[in-house]
Amino acid sequence: MAGEGEKKPVLEMVQADGADEGCVTFVLHDEDHTLGNSLRYMVMKNADVEFCGYSITHPSESKINFRIQTRGGIPATEPLRKGLNDLSDVCQHVLNTFQVRFCILEIGRSRCELTS
Amino acid sequence: LRRRGRRGSKMAANMSNVEDIRSRVLLGEFGVKNVHTTDFPGNYPGYDDTWDMQRFQKNFTMDIVDLDENCMEFDMVGIDAAIANAFRRILLAEVPTMAVEKVFIYNNTSIIQDEVLAHRLGLIPIKADPRLFEYRNSGEDAGSEIDTIQLQLKVKCSRNPRASKDSSDPQELYLNHMVYSGDMKWMPIGNQADVFADANIGPVHDDILIAQLRPGQELDIIMHCVKGIGKDHAKFSPVATASYRLLPEITLLEPIEGEKAERLKRCFSRGVIHLEELNGKKVAMVVNSRLDTCSREVLRHDDLKNLVKLGRVRDHFIFTVESTGVLPPEVLVTEAIKVLMTKCQRFLNELDNTDME
Repeated sequence: MAGEGEKKPVLEMVQADGADEGCVTFVLHDEDHTLGNSLRYMVMKNADVEFCGYSITHPSESKINFRIQTRGGIPATEPLRKGLNDLSDVCQHVLNTFQVRFCILEIGRSRCELTS
Repeated sequence: LRRRGRRGSKMAANMSNVEDIRSRVLLGEFGVKNVHTTDFPGNYPGYDDTWDMQRFQKNFTMDIVDLDENCMEFDMVGIDAAIANAFRRILLAEVPTMAVEKVFIYNNTSIIQDEVLAHRLGLIPIKADPRLFEYRNSGEDAGSEIDTIQLQLKVKCSRNPRASKDSSDPQELYLNHMVYSGDMKWMPIGNQADVFADANIGPVHDDILIAQLRPGQELDIIMHCVKGIGKDHAKFSPVATASYRLLPEITLLEPIEGEKAERLKRCFSRGVIHLEELNGKKVAMVVNSRLDTCSREVLRHDDLKNLVKLGRVRDHFIFTVESTGVLPPEVLVTEAIKVLMTKCQRFLNELDNTDME
């Protein structure tokens, strides 16, 4: 799961020996509060998640430790995947709403170009 | 080191102020309360706070208040601060633009040092659509037509032969003594002349003063512009600034009239409080709380501070995006949203790849 050889790692999973699959710390490389805080919000909205938090280990290194603890033995990758999908859907909806609003404004100003 | 996890609410939540705690930031005399989002599943008995896409889509609205060619003000209602802040951070640091990166100085006899001149050239915004270019691979010295824009600056200052003998105005005495960004000329490489035939590539503004020269001094410089993001260097940031504020909310707890109403009106920004004539007395009414800058001046007056409740609506964001001119502000906002989607997609692909191993 960690990058081998020349390839730079993007996502790593760190798990304590003996812990079940529900408590995992993900190391997200090349990320900061931008994705960390928004993803933490989406994962916390999941009722199966007992704990979710992130921290930036050192400000000089651009990686975040993202920890998820689930209740009920659910593997931690599931809420992570759901959080990423939900965040992506939120962005898509925001984008659509914005483009509709912009087009309405432009029609009101009697010219419209829908840029996609 | 900052760790963000679940926090309990700090105010006693009884039936009457639960909605207030959930949706308002309270501005008090000595501090600000209820700042953090607390509507996570399990925090409030009787509320189902699990993520519901339908409910989000029903409550989410956007409204573009003001739009001109460089500046845009728009509202986002029904979204959380974490995501609104992510958009703001991406607008500042992760939407790519083109900027001068390599400066080849063939001749610089001006008094501006080479490195200072190169620094100034890098900060000039370049009007080229970054979506039509690619990032340059690190380790490649020579740029190709798909990732590089070449600009040239060649100015020589000379004495004006037609100046009158006793004038002391540099405008009259010298020719080309001020080097402006308008003197930077685009040199198309490869097929750029055909691809960008109608888009005139160059600096956004023509009147940025780069250097001043005197007779005999000259500049002969070739610049390569590459695509980059603000995280790498602030010259690549596409916005002059991008910021948001929360919608202020002012509630008058009891009717305020007469001289108190006049003083109340002066405590807030102009246009927020309006004095109405009712039964012969002037009564204060909150007309447009959006204009308020939340200075909390009213809390400094002992007789007024208990009559007003100041707060902010926690999920109503008033964004202001001012572009440097590279891309229009509505394009910047759409690009920022797409960048966040790309980040999510990257980790989803990585999860899928590791699952398949």
